[in-house]
Amino acid sequence: MKSLEELRALKAQMQGKMGIRDDDDAKVKVVVGMATCGIASGARPVLTALADEVNKRNLVDVSVEQTGCIGLCQYEPIVEVFKDGEKVTYVKMTTEKAVRVINDHVVNGNVVMEYTIGAYQK
Amino acid sequence: MYRSHVLICGGTGCTSSGSVKIQEVLEKELKKQGLEDEVKVIQTGCFGLCALGPIMIVYPEGCFYAGPTVDDIPEIVSEHLLKGRPVKRLLYQETVAGETIKSLNHTDFYRKQTRVALQNCGVIDPEKIEEYIAYDGYEALGRCLTEYTPQQVIDIILRSGLRGRGGAGFPTGKKWSFAAAQPAGVKYVCCNADEGDPGAFMDRSILEGDPHALLEAMAIAGYAIGSEQGYVYVRAEYPIAVKRLEIAIKQAREMGLLGKNILGTDFNFDVEIRLGAGAFVCGEETALMTSIEGKRGEPRVRPPFPAVKGLFGKPTILNNVETYANIPQIILKGPEWFASMGTEKSKGTKVFALGGKINNTGLVEVPMGTTLRTVVEEIGGGIPNGKKFKAAQTGGPSGGCIPAEHLDIPIDYDNLIAIGSMMGSGGLIVMDEDNCMVDIAKFFLEFTVDESCGKCTPCRIGTKRLYEMVDKVTKGQATLEDLDKMEELCYYIKNNALCGLGQTAPNPVLSTLRYFRDEYEAHVVEKRCPAGVCKSLLSYHIEADKCKGCTACARKCPAGAIFGQIKQAHVIDNSKCIKCGACIETCKFGAIVKK
Repeated sequence: MKSLEELRALKAQMQGKMGIRDDDDAKVKVVVGMATCGIASGARPVLTALADEVNKRNLVDVSVEQTGCIGLCQYEPIVEVFKDGEKVTYVKMTTEKAVRVINDHVVNGNVVMEYTIGAYQK
Repeated sequence: MYRSHVLICGGTGCTSSGSVKIQEVLEKELKKQGLEDEVKVIQTGCFGLCALGPIMIVYPEGCFYAGPTVDDIPEIVSEHLLKGRPVKRLLYQETVAGETIKSLNHTDFYRKQTRVALQNCGVIDPEKIEEYIAYDGYEALGRCLTEYTPQQVIDIILRSGLRGRGGAGFPTGKKWSFAAAQPAGVKYVCCNADEGDPGAFMDRSILEGDPHALLEAMAIAGYAIGSEQGYVYVRAEYPIAVKRLEIAIKQAREMGLLGKNILGTDFNFDVEIRLGAGAFVCGEETALMTSIEGKRGEPRVRPPFPAVKGLFGKPTILNNVETYANIPQIILKGPEWFASMGTEKSKGTKVFALGGKINNTGLVEVPMGTTLRTVVEEIGGGIPNGKKFKAAQTGGPSGGCIPAEHLDIPIDYDNLIAIGSMMGSGGLIVMDEDNCMVDIAKFFLEFTVDESCGKCTPCRIGTKRLYEMVDKVTKGQATLEDLDKMEELCYYIKNNALCGLGQTAPNPVLSTLRYFRDEYEAHVVEKRCPAGVCKSLLSYHIEADKCKGCTACARKCPAGAIFGQIKQAHVIDNSKCIKCGACIETCKFGAIVKK
C-alpha cells in the first residue's frame, strides 16, 4: 500500500461487506418469508438474488433478513421492505422481480406498485 | 454475498468453553444444508460476557446465543439461518421479550458501557486486516503521517488527557513529549502486554480481538517521538494473543503498514514480539526492559527514567496495551471528544475485568467516574444467590479493598487512591459476606511474596515477614500488638522498596486493616472467623436434636471423624476433623453447623 488514498479505497470496498454487522435502526430492511411455504414456492433464490443485488451495489445500510410464515401462504414468496417507517409487501416474487425491487424501491424510493399485494388482489 | 454473518467468540474464555468445536460443527452443518455461500462464519475476539460462553451472535438480526452446545447447532442452522426463526430457548434470556428479540447492544450489560478500547473486540475478525481497515483501521496513522507533525500528534494526546491504563496513571502525552525531547537517534517504542494481575485480562482481550489497533498506535507513537522500532513484551501464557499478534504483524508488513516508507511517506517503523516467561515483576517498566535486553528481569532505580535512558540505554516509551488501544480513536475523533468523557483529572473510559461473586463475569468498559454501584449492580448484574456485597478488590495485588460504604464513589485514578486502593490494570473482584477479608489479604500477599524478585530487602524479606503475621491472624495466634506491628511494617515496605511491586505490596493488608479491622480483631480476640473461611478457627458440630442418625455423614467423612449409632445422634471428633465441609453438603436435615 503506497498511499492513504489506497487505504481509503480498500476501506470503502470492505465497508459494504461489513455493514451487515452494524446495529442501526435507520437501516432499510428487506425481509423474506422463509417458512416451509415460502421455501416451497421458491423463496431461496429470491433471497439470494436480493442479497447479491445489495452487494453488487455496495448498499451499506440495507440488510436482507428472513422471517417465518406471515399467514398468506398462497402469495409466497413474499418480500417485505421496511423503509422510512413504511412497510411495503411484495408477493409472488421471482429473482427478476427481486432485482427490480432493490433498484426501484430500495435505491430510488419508487415502490414497484404492480408487485405489491394490493395490486395482486385486484 | 453473505446475507448473514455468524460471529463466534475465539477469545481465551470462550475457547476454553468449546467455541472452536462449535465453529467446526457449524461450518459442517452449513455445508450440509447448502448455506455455506450465504452464511459467513467469523471468529472474533472477546465480547466481554465470558460467563455466558461460548458466545455466538447472528447478524443482521444481532441475535445473541449464550452458551449453545454442539447438539444445538443443527437446530440453529435449520431454524434460524435457513428459515429465519431464532431459537428462542437458546438466546440470552434478557434479550427475549415475548415476540420481539433485542440485539446484543440493547442488553443492560452493553447498553451502559462505552466501548472505546474494546470497540472492535467481538466485532471484527482479528485475523483479517481488511476488517480492521473497514472500521477505520490505519486511518489515524495515515492522517498523522500526512497531516500532522510529530509535535502536533503529541499535543493531541496531551490535550485528550489520556493517562496510562497500566496502573499508575501517568499522563501519556507527557511521557511521549519527554522521549521526543531527547536528541534524535535510536529510540524505542515498547508495549507492556505482560498482564500479570490475578483476574485482569483486558490486555489479552485487545490483543486477541483487535491486535491491529495496538500496532497502529505503536506506529503513531514511533512517529511522534522519532522511533523506528517497537517491541511488544507479551507473556508466553497468552498463546492465542501471541498467535494473533504475529498474524497481524505479518499482514501489516505485507500491506506496507509496517516497514519502510509507510503509506508512501519517509516514515519507517517495525514491531517485534518478545515473550515474557511470566514473572510478575516484569510488568514493572525497568524490569520489563531489562528482560527485553535478554537479562534477568529485575527492576532498577529511577531516575534515569526510560524516556531518557531506557531500552538498550536509549530513550524509550513504554505504554500498556489498553492505553495504546485508545490512541487511534483519539486521533480520529479528536482530543475534545475523548476529554468529554470521564472526570476532571481522569479522562476517557476504563476497562474492568469483573470477577468473583458477580453474575456477569467478564470485561466491561465504562467512562471514568462511573460509580462502583453501576458497575457491580447494573452492568455486572449483581451478586448471585441474593448475597450481600461486602467489598470490591481493585488493582490486583497492588490495590486494596473498597467497602460497601464507598459503593457510590465515582471510579477514577485519584478517588481510588484517596480511599486506599488503586486503579491498577482494572481487575475488579467482587466479594460477598462469605469472603473473609483477612484471608483475601493473605491471598494477595502470598502472590507478591512468590513474585518478589528478591533484589531489594524491604520487598524480599518484608513481604515474607508480613505474610507470616497475617498467617498468624488467620490461625488465631496473633495479638492486638501484632496488628499494630503489621501496620508499621506495611508503611516501612511502602517507603523503602525499590520498585512498584514492593511499594504497593502491603496495600491489600493496609486497606483491609482500614475498613475491616473488626474482622481482624475477631480473629485475634475472639479466635473466630466471622465469614467462616479460616479453617484453623472453625469447628463443625452436629446438633443432636436435628440429627436423625442416618449415618450419611459418617460414611462420607474422609477422615473418619464422625461417630454414632444408627438412628441416634452422631458426634464429630474435632481432633480428627479436617474441616473439609463434606458432611455439611451430605446432611439432608441441616443438622451440621460450622462455628
